[in-house]
Amino acid sequence: MTRHGLKIWALHLGLIAVLLALNWVLPAYHHTNLARIMVFAVFAMGFNIAFGYTGLLSLGHALLFAAGMYGAGLSASLWAFPALPAMIAGLLAGGGMAAVVGSLALRTSGVAFMIVTLMFAQAGYLCVLYFGNVTGGDEGIVIGAQSRVLVGINLSADTPRFLFAWALFGAALVGNLALMRAPFGRVMIAMRENEDRSRMLGYDPYRTKLIVMVISGLYAGIAGAAYGLMFGYVGASFAAIQYSILPMIWVLLGGAGVVLGPFVGALFMFYLIDISSSYTTANLLVVGVALLVLVLFAPRGLLGYARDRWLPWLP
Amino acid sequence: MAAMTLLQARGLTRHYGGLRAVDRVDFDLAAGEIHALIGPNGAGKTTFVGLLSGRVQPDAGTISFHGKDMTRLPPHVRVGMGIAYTFQITSIYARLSVLENVALAVQRRGTKDLHAGTVAALHRVGLAGLADQIAGTLAYGHQRLLEIAMGLALQPQLLILDEPTQGLANAEIEAFKSLIQSLIPATTILLIEHNMDVVMDLADRITVLNFGTVLAQGTPAAIRGNAAVQNAYLGAYNAAG
Repeated sequence: MTRHGLKIWALHLGLIAVLLALNWVLPAYHHTNLARIMVFAVFAMGFNIAFGYTGLLSLGHALLFAAGMYGAGLSASLWAFPALPAMIAGLLAGGGMAAVVGSLALRTSGVAFMIVTLMFAQAGYLCVLYFGNVTGGDEGIVIGAQSRVLVGINLSADTPRFLFAWALFGAALVGNLALMRAPFGRVMIAMRENEDRSRMLGYDPYRTKLIVMVISGLYAGIAGAAYGLMFGYVGASFAAIQYSILPMIWVLLGGAGVVLGPFVGALFMFYLIDISSSYTTANLLVVGVALLVLVLFAPRGLLGYARDRWLPWLP
Repeated sequence: MAAMTLLQARGLTRHYGGLRAVDRVDFDLAAGEIHALIGPNGAGKTTFVGLLSGRVQPDAGTISFHGKDMTRLPPHVRVGMGIAYTFQITSIYARLSVLENVALAVQRRGTKDLHAGTVAALHRVGLAGLADQIAGTLAYGHQRLLEIAMGLALQPQLLILDEPTQGLANAEIEAFKSLIQSLIPATTILLIEHNMDVVMDLADRITVLNFGTVLAQGTPAAIRGNAAVQNAYLGAYNAAG
């Protein structure tokens, strides 16, 4: 079961190394973009763990991202948490929120699961707006400089911010790969492929999915916390439905059920919008056409296509 | 020597609307036996084993395993207790390799060397040469064998087989019979089977279900000589055989 292990680790660690090298190569504009993309990719990895590997199509991941973001942002603004405890608060808020939502939503499946998670996320979004005196509502909260220094590194400066995003991305990617190569990863895929059979092999579907939801929530939570601290802002727009749809699009574009899929998808989508908007104001039309072409010719996403054609060992 | 009772069902009942699929069935399974469950279509056989495996919840009655009540335990817990179930309609991981399919079963049982354990389980049913093939692309007979391999790989105390020989070629049926005989007495076998040659050759005891109730129970010879069973079910077999 360890076949291709060397090749797989070389590919993933190689990407992490290349991203680190880009810190000294990229011009300022792309430097910031890539830092942003890496954090979004961590969020999308969390979505991929639930959807791509376990078949749990959640429409409410904005709630988990926002839980992490507000977990960090509120603990910084209300109680002046330094960056590290604020990050941990965000991580736990994401995982805790996923445990609560998961324990209820996982009593359903399929379309009902999508709707229940969507409803939870909308309720969360409305709560952020309703309790505006604490959350800042639409205007959000600006995170003070004292909470943006993580063990001596100032996240408001470009290079430390990039390196912080890189370290988080690297750890998340290695964790994701290790998870999928562990016995539990095999059970996740088994649940996606045939839940009934898995139950009759002695695996508890509810327990498996709840653990997966919590792992997914930890990923989304730490990504939200990191994003808030890196850019010094926490706002209600990150709890809106857009941030439930975005990770899904990134994962579908990059390849659902591929460890590198979320990063590739986020990178592709970000630059598709960026480049097309420098040529035309109808950039969303370009994005829409690109998405249609992908769905028609590579319905499993870019890396899903690559796996089907050339790289059957891609985890 | 009185055989030890492995599984005991009392008053087991399951209704679907007005249909009494399983109606107050008492049933004992002795450790180490091969027990066949036969009966006409719609007699309640699949519902009955569904109750035993936990896939179907009973309306009334109790089930115990090793003397421990398990009436309300969910199916995955029963698998952990040593009850494996293979589906009537082949249910495998069609998009995963044969190796991965069996690895999932071996992993659940717990083993030091997953790969070696998996390959050994595949050897047992003669599928080792197809380990890397995607399960959904296997020939039908091989998919049935894979299903059995997954059940076996759990190393259960009780293996429930729902029409295992359905769709198998004659040579495959012979191989299946010797495979099953090699499992006892470590594993107790309960099988639903329509192929009377398989039933008569393999079974130590037979239970005949009809309209959700036990029509008769006994050795193959006794069942063959039972007039009620003749009328309900076996007439065609004896006339043909």
